[in-house]
Amino acid sequence: MVKQYETTAAPRGEGAAAPRAVQEPSAKELKSRAWRSRRYRWDMKFSPYALLSPFFLFFLAFGLFPLLYTGWASMHRVSLTAPNDMEWVGFRNFTRLLEDEFFWNALKNTVTIGLISTVPQLLMALGIAHLLNYRLRGSWFFRVAALTPYATSVAAATLVFVLLYGRDYGMINWGLGQIGIDNIDWKNGDWTSQLAVSSIVIWRWTGYNALIYLAAMQSIPNDLYESAAIDGASRWQQFFHVTLPSLRPTILFTCVVSTIGATQLFGEPLLFNDGASPTGGSDHQFQTLGLYLYEQGWVNLHLGRASAIAWTMFLILLVVAAVNWAIARRLRRSEGRAR
Amino acid sequence: MSATVTDKVPPAGRRSRPAKPPRKSKAGKTLYGGKWTYLVLIAVTVFSLFPLVWTAIAASRNNTRLAQTPPPFWFGGNLFKNLEIAWTDANMGAALFNTTIVASISAAGTVLISTLAGFAFAKLRFRWKNFLLFFVIATMMVPPQLSVVPMYMLIAELSWTDQLQAVIFPFFVAAFGVFFMRQYLVQALPNELVEAARVDGASSVRVLWHVVFPAARPAMAVLGMLTFVQAWNDFFWPIIALTQNGNPTVQVALTGLGRGYIPDQSVIMAGALLGTLPLLIAFVVFGKQIVGGIMQGAIKG
Repeated sequence: MVKQYETTAAPRGEGAAAPRAVQEPSAKELKSRAWRSRRYRWDMKFSPYALLSPFFLFFLAFGLFPLLYTGWASMHRVSLTAPNDMEWVGFRNFTRLLEDEFFWNALKNTVTIGLISTVPQLLMALGIAHLLNYRLRGSWFFRVAALTPYATSVAAATLVFVLLYGRDYGMINWGLGQIGIDNIDWKNGDWTSQLAVSSIVIWRWTGYNALIYLAAMQSIPNDLYESAAIDGASRWQQFFHVTLPSLRPTILFTCVVSTIGATQLFGEPLLFNDGASPTGGSDHQFQTLGLYLYEQGWVNLHLGRASAIAWTMFLILLVVAAVNWAIARRLRRSEGRAR
Repeated sequence: MSATVTDKVPPAGRRSRPAKPPRKSKAGKTLYGGKWTYLVLIAVTVFSLFPLVWTAIAASRNNTRLAQTPPPFWFGGNLFKNLEIAWTDANMGAALFNTTIVASISAAGTVLISTLAGFAFAKLRFRWKNFLLFFVIATMMVPPQLSVVPMYMLIAELSWTDQLQAVIFPFFVAAFGVFFMRQYLVQALPNELVEAARVDGASSVRVLWHVVFPAARPAMAVLGMLTFVQAWNDFFWPIIALTQNGNPTVQVALTGLGRGYIPDQSVIMAGALLGTLPLLIAFVVFGKQIVGGIMQGAIKG
């Protein structure tokens, strides 16, 4: 590979930076040299911006502008049917939101589903990563197999799980029936529906997180384990005293990513519902904030309110991120003291 | 193709291949997996693969059989009939075609944009560099919900509703890609190489073409695959921007099936199978590279 650079990087023909002969240069050549050096200086000065411009152009059009405009729209009454007809209402969309019991319901559901999907998922991922880190026959098979749910889309996975969780004919109730448990109405129960939705998230993301942990485990230097082993640490002690502390940044990273994902949870609860309607069940028992936003904007046609929900979600995310960060700092400090 | 990629995916110095020396401590404890390790991992594998296999089983049955207990555990004879109905009646054929286009263009564009910006952040000096990089990283935190309303207004204004570009362009805002390429190029592209090319009088375009792209190729392949999977499975924005009967992507068509567009459960499962199969095949072929890419991205991230 290195060889390739050396041959291809060498300029062909026009590498004129070094003078070829000691002759007096002609006027024409002087001029072209000046032009070349000027071009070179411009190139050096402006090429970074040229290289960045495609990203930032798209970012301005489809990232920053929508972000700010959402804030602007959240102060207006806007209907989906006539999006250009905006009426200023100040913070009314936000105050209405805080008075709406469905907002609080959606917030509560998002937090509950977020917890029961993220916590077991990351713990299991940690365990699986630990096992995958052993020297195994067919380790690549296990890794790829663990990642296949990640390749399955939200829509396809949820459609399958809807059938598996079917009340009368679903595989899961059939299996539970074999050990003497009566059919459970997964969709209509409060916590059963949230558990079912969480299980889809867990199924899709556990393997992915396991691979991220595995990558971090493999970059832990061997000497740490060796010295732990010499000190007489058992495998479990090694896991708790060497592996886990070294993984702390990665664990924090996955926590943040999973939290962001959980806050935005949308596809699973949407398709888990009958007719893929965004109510989140007959009694809104698994309506998340993402669904609530979609319902307000694209079913009730209130784009202004939808914008207000979007900004509220963002603020919640910022708070969660700040809490995450504070916990990480506290942990790091207590670690420092322990040493 | 696949063989050459395999050789290049692990970046210098990282042990991410089974060929690494066995992790054997000097205290004499080998870290080979035991019986229980295999048992648990096999259970995990079954848990991961079962819903997919069962999708195929359900797709090969008919609606009446799916409304009986016990549920079917083995394949029936209706697979091709159901696939055909899903292909035509549920618009899955068009959806697969559209999704292939969307995912390919999204991946190619993201890779190109990210490599250019990533190179600038990794190796060039310019004003505001750190601020802009921080800005890029910060945008990774912003949830897609936050831009949905104005984007909807925007595409309504441009009459892009139901047009594929409506779901392609937003994908080019690839903060993760820029960060990923930057992290890769910082260590994979020696400064001396860029400087040597500069001293030889190479212009930026030449440096990009002859130095940066060859060095970045492994990471570009990884980023391309990750973006492709992500674009293929993108859900929230496409179901707002596209419709079932117009120009659906796979996810839009599947949502249509979930809405009861076709009431036959076995056809719904056939649709889910059609929408998943291309990526599954890609996973069987490129599994190692994709796994390697995710693990690599994790260390950098």
